[in-house]
Amino acid sequence: MNDMLFYDRLQFAFTITFHYIFPQLTMGLSLLIVYFKWKFLKTDIEKYNNAAKFFMKIFAVNFTMGVVTGIPMEFQFGTNWAKFSELTGQIIGQPLAMEGMFSFFLESSFLALFIFGEKLMGQKLHFLTGFLVFLGSWISGWFIIATNSWMQHPVGYEILENGKFVLHNFSALFSNPWLIPAFLHNQAASLVTSSFVVASIGAFYILRNKNVEYGKLFLKTGVIFGVISSLLVAFPTGDWNAKNVAKYQPAAFAGMEGIFKTEDGGAEIVLIGQPNMLDKKLDNKIAVPNILSFLTYKDWNRQIKGMDQFKKEDLPDNIPALYYAYHIMVGLGTIFIAIMILSAFFLWKNKIFTIKPLLWIIMFLVPFPYIANLTGWYVAELGRQPYLVYGLLRTSVGMSPTVSSGNTLFTLLGFVGLYMLLGLLFLVLVGKTIHQGPTPKKH
Amino acid sequence: MEIYWYLIIAVVLAIFFILDGYDFGVGIIHLFFAEKEKDKEIIAKAAGLFWDSNEVWLVAGGGMLFMAFPTLYSSAFSGFYLPLIIVLWLIVFRAIGLEFRGQFSYNIWTAFWDKAFGVSSLLLALFFGIALGNVVRGVNLGGVENGVSLFESHYFFLPLWNSSFSPLSESPGVIDWFTIIIGLISVVTLAIHGATWIILKTNASINNRLKSVIFKLNIVLLILTIFSLIVWEIVKPNSLNNFMDKPYLVIFPIIYFVGLFGLFFIKKLKKDIYAFVFSTLIILGGITSSLASLFPVVLPSTNNINESLTIYNTATSNYGLSVAMGWSILGLILLFIYFVVQKRILAGKIDDMDYGNH
Repeated sequence: MNDMLFYDRLQFAFTITFHYIFPQLTMGLSLLIVYFKWKFLKTDIEKYNNAAKFFMKIFAVNFTMGVVTGIPMEFQFGTNWAKFSELTGQIIGQPLAMEGMFSFFLESSFLALFIFGEKLMGQKLHFLTGFLVFLGSWISGWFIIATNSWMQHPVGYEILENGKFVLHNFSALFSNPWLIPAFLHNQAASLVTSSFVVASIGAFYILRNKNVEYGKLFLKTGVIFGVISSLLVAFPTGDWNAKNVAKYQPAAFAGMEGIFKTEDGGAEIVLIGQPNMLDKKLDNKIAVPNILSFLTYKDWNRQIKGMDQFKKEDLPDNIPALYYAYHIMVGLGTIFIAIMILSAFFLWKNKIFTIKPLLWIIMFLVPFPYIANLTGWYVAELGRQPYLVYGLLRTSVGMSPTVSSGNTLFTLLGFVGLYMLLGLLFLVLVGKTIHQGPTPKKH
Repeated sequence: MEIYWYLIIAVVLAIFFILDGYDFGVGIIHLFFAEKEKDKEIIAKAAGLFWDSNEVWLVAGGGMLFMAFPTLYSSAFSGFYLPLIIVLWLIVFRAIGLEFRGQFSYNIWTAFWDKAFGVSSLLLALFFGIALGNVVRGVNLGGVENGVSLFESHYFFLPLWNSSFSPLSESPGVIDWFTIIIGLISVVTLAIHGATWIILKTNASINNRLKSVIFKLNIVLLILTIFSLIVWEIVKPNSLNNFMDKPYLVIFPIIYFVGLFGLFFIKKLKKDIYAFVFSTLIILGGITSSLASLFPVVLPSTNNINESLTIYNTATSNYGLSVAMGWSILGLILLFIYFVVQKRILAGKIDDMDYGNH
């Protein structure tokens, strides 16, 4: 890979990774906020209202971060991937422009109203503004994943003689078979992050013996939403996506599962092992026979194509990264389900608030759903390589023809430095909000 | 169809400059004129409460440009690589300043982040003006050297500057004496605009003083405008042709001058909103006049080999444009509703209201 392509990809990977720390929380958290506000309308217990407003403060910090780190994402399509934008902008421009129009304005207008307008509007309208913020953030996710789905599995296009992709069926963009599974998987995963954050803040308050009443509410709500969403991430949505990858991107499927050789009969599922790219095998492998064939095709003996069946230039160019990303995601997802089922059990027995080791675990679990979400996206994006538009447009073709690698490295370093500062700010702001707690200040 | 999208995107970007423009302007005023601690806080709040929803317009405008004119988007964004990324950094840094300043109440803490907010606002205003100057002046499309194109005809790459700093050289940089003049006009205009916003939205103690500041800045702006019109003729000799062919386009420069002359009466205006309307007219008129002088060109070529980029040779297919026209009409109606709802609920001076903590 030449320098230019490497720096372009690294800069995009770095900036999108940092960006996606924020939307994955806001999408799920907005649903929890709507839930708290709805509980308040039904019960008229002030605690729920304070919970909604407390989490909207955290939402607002994340939204701000999402906006400032999101602008560079959109710009980079043009700055670093000009050829890609020129060739495919006629298609992916549609969902991206729609995102701006139908989601950002909705989200930002009603966020301001939710935060500043409670007294001016009354409770029912206040609930409505919260709901519209939720709607805006989910519509945003929908359009972004519609864009990505087209890159993973292009539909509704024509290719002109000059290489440009032209849209000829608008509705195909939104009936793409890749879209709905990917969207539901992503939203469920986003709900995992936010329920774990809510549960973790709850565990923190209980362990610290401060705001205990809220701590219990947060923990309870977080665990209930957490157990449901953790299960949904795996089944049916995760399963559905894996089948899509097997069907539409078999080379990526072989790479992420770590299948180097095509075996006769059923394929094994790899639990642990390190890809050895020189000898084309997995080192220190632990695997269970035939499971992968069954999970993918409901047939214990169905053959699954290994990487040896594909030409080198059609395989993802970083197999170990793809393999690890996938196994980290699946491994963490499994651990989440175990911890959440255990927590839900003790919640049902009404013992959870006194089991300190479990509270500690829940409190420190927070970084892991973020890692799982990000590695999930790495699986999708590394698996798509070496293409920008799967099977049709190679990544190396998409770069800006006039930007030199020195300039890209310069801007990459700038982003790294600036985002470190931004990350620090984020931690300070969220930390301060958690420290102040959900009890309203007395003026 | 191309014209519909050209107008929509022009309107969205003009709204962005009007809205985010006032909070850049607030930053400039904050940097030079806010002295008392209480003023600093309330003035920062006049930007801090609104900047993120204002910047949403930039994202929306960018998305639409991408969809409707992908060739222009990819050409301009890669060609203006460095200035664009620097603008992104400034946007992020400014936001950090605004959000950080109130977190701790040490004197040097707020002082530092206030400066960060002020300086990055100033630089952003300058860069956006320079950007407009570049679009007017044109670029070396195709990267022509000695009569040979180094790139495809619609691609280019601009250094930040070249040694001559001249807009008339074969391959001008981003910053030259012409674009600097437009940049300064932008800084002065946005400073005025920020000041009228502060007067409209706050009870800061410097509001009366700001009125004389606006008056003085307005004189500077008038001088700079006249000067820029002269050099404009040197850099772009045919820039008046469009106005001669289509006399109704003269409405745009008239809007500009109505705003400019209106503000000379700043001390006699009965309502604060009038001053804000006048400064809005200056921005609106300035952007639309520049675009009108180029139309249908959107990025002129400075060489004779490669033709300028126009809305016609950079647009998406007709099918794409017409589908998008359908959804955009729905979108614009929704947008109008949000806007009215929000402005009605959040009207008034910010320090009179209980906005809570942001």
